[in-house]
Amino acid sequence: MNNLVFHLRDAPVSAWAGIVIVAFYAVLAILAPVLAPYAESASVAAQYQPWIAPHYLGTDALGRDVMSRLIYGARNTVGIALATTILAFTLGASWGLLAATLGGWFDTISARAIDVLMAIPPLIFALLILTITGTSVVALILVIAILDSTRVFRLSRAVAQGILTMDYIEVARMRGESVFWLIRKEVLPNAASPLIAEFGLRFCFVFLFISALSFLGLGIQPPTADWGGMVRESAKLIAFANFSSWQSATFGLAPLLPAGAIALLTIGVNLVVDWVLHLSSGLKE
Amino acid sequence: MSSIQSIILKRLLSGLLTLWIVTVIIFGAIELLPGDIATEKLGQAATPESLAAFREKFDLNRPVVERYVSWLGGAVTGDFGISLANQRPISELIGQRTANTFFLAGYAAAIAVPIAVISGMMAALYNGSIFDRVLSSTTLAAISFPEFFIAYILILVFAVGLGWFPSLANVDVDTSLGERLYKTFLPAMTLTLIVLAYMMRMTRAAILNLLALPYIEMAHLKGIKRWRVIAVHALPNALAPIINVIALNLAYLIVGVVLVEVVFVYPGLGQVLVDAVSNRDVTVVQAACLIFAATYILLNLLADILSIIANPRLLHPR
Amino acid sequence: MSDILLDMKNVMIEGRSDRQWKPIIKGVDLTLKRGEILGLIGESGAGKSTLGLAAMGYTKGGCRISGGSINFDGIELVGASDEALRQLRGKRIAYVAQSAASAFNPAFKLINQFTEAPVQHGVLSKAEAQSDAIELYRKIRLPNPETIGFRYPHQVSGGQLQRAMTAMAMACRPDLIIFDEPTTALDVTTQIEVLAAIRDIVRAYNTAAIYITHDLAVVAQMADHIKVLLRGEEVEQAPAREMLSNPQEDYTKSLWAVREFRRAPRPPRDANEAPLLVVENVSAAYGPVKILDNVSVTIKRGSTVAVVGESGSGKSTLARVIMGLLPPIEGGIVYDGTALEGVGAKRKRGLKRHIQMIHQMADTALNPKHRIKDIIGRPLQFFIGLKGAAKEARIRELLTLIELDPDEFMHRFPSELSGGQKQRICIARALAAEPDFIICDEVTSALDQLVAEGILRLLDRLQRELDLTYMFITHDIATVRFIADEVVVMQHGVIVEQGLKDDIFTPPHAPYTELLLSSVPEMDPDWLSNLLTARDGKIAQVDPE
Repeated sequence: MNNLVFHLRDAPVSAWAGIVIVAFYAVLAILAPVLAPYAESASVAAQYQPWIAPHYLGTDALGRDVMSRLIYGARNTVGIALATTILAFTLGASWGLLAATLGGWFDTISARAIDVLMAIPPLIFALLILTITGTSVVALILVIAILDSTRVFRLSRAVAQGILTMDYIEVARMRGESVFWLIRKEVLPNAASPLIAEFGLRFCFVFLFISALSFLGLGIQPPTADWGGMVRESAKLIAFANFSSWQSATFGLAPLLPAGAIALLTIGVNLVVDWVLHLSSGLKE
Repeated sequence: MSSIQSIILKRLLSGLLTLWIVTVIIFGAIELLPGDIATEKLGQAATPESLAAFREKFDLNRPVVERYVSWLGGAVTGDFGISLANQRPISELIGQRTANTFFLAGYAAAIAVPIAVISGMMAALYNGSIFDRVLSSTTLAAISFPEFFIAYILILVFAVGLGWFPSLANVDVDTSLGERLYKTFLPAMTLTLIVLAYMMRMTRAAILNLLALPYIEMAHLKGIKRWRVIAVHALPNALAPIINVIALNLAYLIVGVVLVEVVFVYPGLGQVLVDAVSNRDVTVVQAACLIFAATYILLNLLADILSIIANPRLLHPR
Repeated sequence: MSDILLDMKNVMIEGRSDRQWKPIIKGVDLTLKRGEILGLIGESGAGKSTLGLAAMGYTKGGCRISGGSINFDGIELVGASDEALRQLRGKRIAYVAQSAASAFNPAFKLINQFTEAPVQHGVLSKAEAQSDAIELYRKIRLPNPETIGFRYPHQVSGGQLQRAMTAMAMACRPDLIIFDEPTTALDVTTQIEVLAAIRDIVRAYNTAAIYITHDLAVVAQMADHIKVLLRGEEVEQAPAREMLSNPQEDYTKSLWAVREFRRAPRPPRDANEAPLLVVENVSAAYGPVKILDNVSVTIKRGSTVAVVGESGSGKSTLARVIMGLLPPIEGGIVYDGTALEGVGAKRKRGLKRHIQMIHQMADTALNPKHRIKDIIGRPLQFFIGLKGAAKEARIRELLTLIELDPDEFMHRFPSELSGGQKQRICIARALAAEPDFIICDEVTSALDQLVAEGILRLLDRLQRELDLTYMFITHDIATVRFIADEVVVMQHGVIVEQGLKDDIFTPPHAPYTELLLSSVPEMDPDWLSNLLTARDGKIAQVDPE
């Protein structure tokens, strides 16, 4: 990690753009109650107000302030996605590293089981499970984390397998080091860069995935402000957009604002990930 | 038996095994539903008689294994049982819609595959050119944008703004092919944009890997013309990775279709699945999940087998 | 027609790294007459391959020719159009790569890759090229010349592929062929056939050649002239015999001297002393494939036993069995009177400490994320139980022992060390456990000659000072002569011959030992000719037409 901070000084513009975007979202999420002009789910005006002060981004079907809901959405959507990614990562990475290091039947069975789970498209699998569990936030986090941990498992296992072929691992094994020591001291330091990058990619995937489920009405449930759900709620408005005046044209933007918020954060994270990947490949030489 | 046949056979068997395990998961997951389907569906106030009738109708009295076998047997022949929600045969509900979904995915693939493969190859050949750099930045956008973002931008521009295409893709059995193609143009474009950049990037990476190999350098050092190095030396070896890229993305298309169908209110299998999940219509969910998962697994299986066949080391064993 | 075929003047080549251009070749001149063979030798990083490729007007990706002139038979190659260069390549200048296995396209039969250049350059029709291929395959002594061309590259052995590539280079009867370390990846016994084939065919067609290698003895057989490169600059050039007998520059002299070095004789030991390590009738297998078959070796304390063999002989597997990485399916290991567990993990820590191993590739044997002090410190803590100041003091002692300055190296990462320094760290790590017995697995084969010599001298000194016992695994006979007391010769998992070094190296030999020893190239320029004459009178001559 020290290396990353050190390399920050000569990071390219794209990486800086990514960092700024991510930081902006982090501030929004953390300071949402302070920054949002209105409460998250209170009706504060007539429905479908155009973009006029004090509702700079208008109001929705229930007369709630869109700008406030967007800001709270950062907290809800990003928070849930982050929690899910962390869970998926802890699960998948520790299992993957352990399987690769132990090898033998444990590794074989794990890998085969994961192959079967990954043979089912994640969205379909999630829909199947959510039918059973219902769409509570806890169920959402658990289901997506477990599904996504299969991807983390596969990557961390592959990375670890590459490292485990190195002679320094053989030296440690000959010495008689424990599996825990091997993972912590020999494998993990070398796997750190690809795993950090993977964390970013997994976050993007989970974040888009949750948004997609919410958009389908099967993710985060109203009245909690959430970007995927906001796209769904305001989708019909797009038909009322006409380009005679800019204020009536803003109806067309109603679903695009939350969708764009999702897209921008994903781009930001991807820009940072690209840079980290580039850095780790450069350091290998 | 030659080694390539035994490798293909092994891959085929493991694919079918996977498919079988997936059917068990899909069937078994619903069995894990907390509580009793009958009580859940009919509510706490249901009389014992109506519960018994419900159980009889949905065949819930037989042991699990027996029900699984008859469900699987039915599914193979296209009979998925009856819907919990409206009690109609599921095959009737999803038959036409499944066809619609495959039509849309096929439409998108027909646009996306040729563009992606050709431009991916161009980007690899002119590595580092402006074309290449534009490609890699659009890829970033495409993997970052949620499907519905792309869809609504297209709607705003081409349906609301320019009025060239309809924003709702409402087709039915009687819609002619031409009209069908016209009405589903925006959803197909959305799907195309989703997979296009990704496919291009994967094709480009596959070709670039190949061009760095010593035998390609050797061909240049033999004084072979550039186009011939690409067409004769690189392409035959690039076939396997490109086939893989195409099949992976087709598999992705089949699933990506779910969101696009909802945006454009297109009467496909994805819509059915989403509605069924909301209504907790478990028999329909099972049927739709099985169709999606089976298509996905079979496409991946096909990709693997084709790339085994395209490998010269396996094709001409020692 | 001028006598000079290739005239390179003040050639400068740069490579791009860390966003800037750095010189690889710093102004080298090279002149080659028709039919002449120039040997280009140097250690890794000397730029010999880069210079060789530049003779075709070609540079690897990320490199560029930044200055000078390359004149091939009146055609200036620097700044020539791609099309002009393309018409020369393959037709008038051909290239033979180091690894034939990766330089042949796996999707096509050998003969179709042969005919491609002559057909594309319009020299021969496809049918003519095919019969020419068979003719050349015969001349180059490939088995079944009529049919071997119709095989795919992966269906043919490495030595045969390398010869097929030489035939392919000859397809258009070029004026010049660049041989880029064509035998480096081959075993010595295979190398002989390839060397003979290359030399004969090049002489038969009076083709000029640049022969790139790091092996002096090989270049002595092949070249009329020898040019020595060091870090992108010419050290000296002279006719081969003159260069071999009377090198002028210190660097060249030191390269030559390495081969002559012999270890100082040891005082004799008590012949009745119990052996330190006994390998008893060991057989081992990876899955169904048996790698070791009934192998027995006895190693005396304080001695060095060299295990010699070519790839696939099972010599490294023997080391893995002793280390407990691969449990034997039969037989066992006795160390100092104690039978060792087959599975290393079951061995007691106190026992493990005595047996250490040093790997071939120091690059992969050191964790890139650990500092030197942690790499050496870990076994100190693990085996000896040292901590804190005592540990640091011992690390300093060990670094001094392997002739590295503790203050300078303790806090470095492996990536900040040279290849030889890394191997020294590996030695220090093995010594940290205070072992009696060390297995050295090809420890010098990835290093340049001069560096390798330094490592061998260090190991020799450590053995005398610390009374160490070595098992030295190598494919290099020169290393064996340098360091061994006893020699074990292995082939296909079986011990062919074993005994005292002097006995093994003095005739009569077992047949395989004979083949192995006679295949090791010597500095005598007539060695290859004499050997071939001795082995088979009729092989030595090849008719041009």
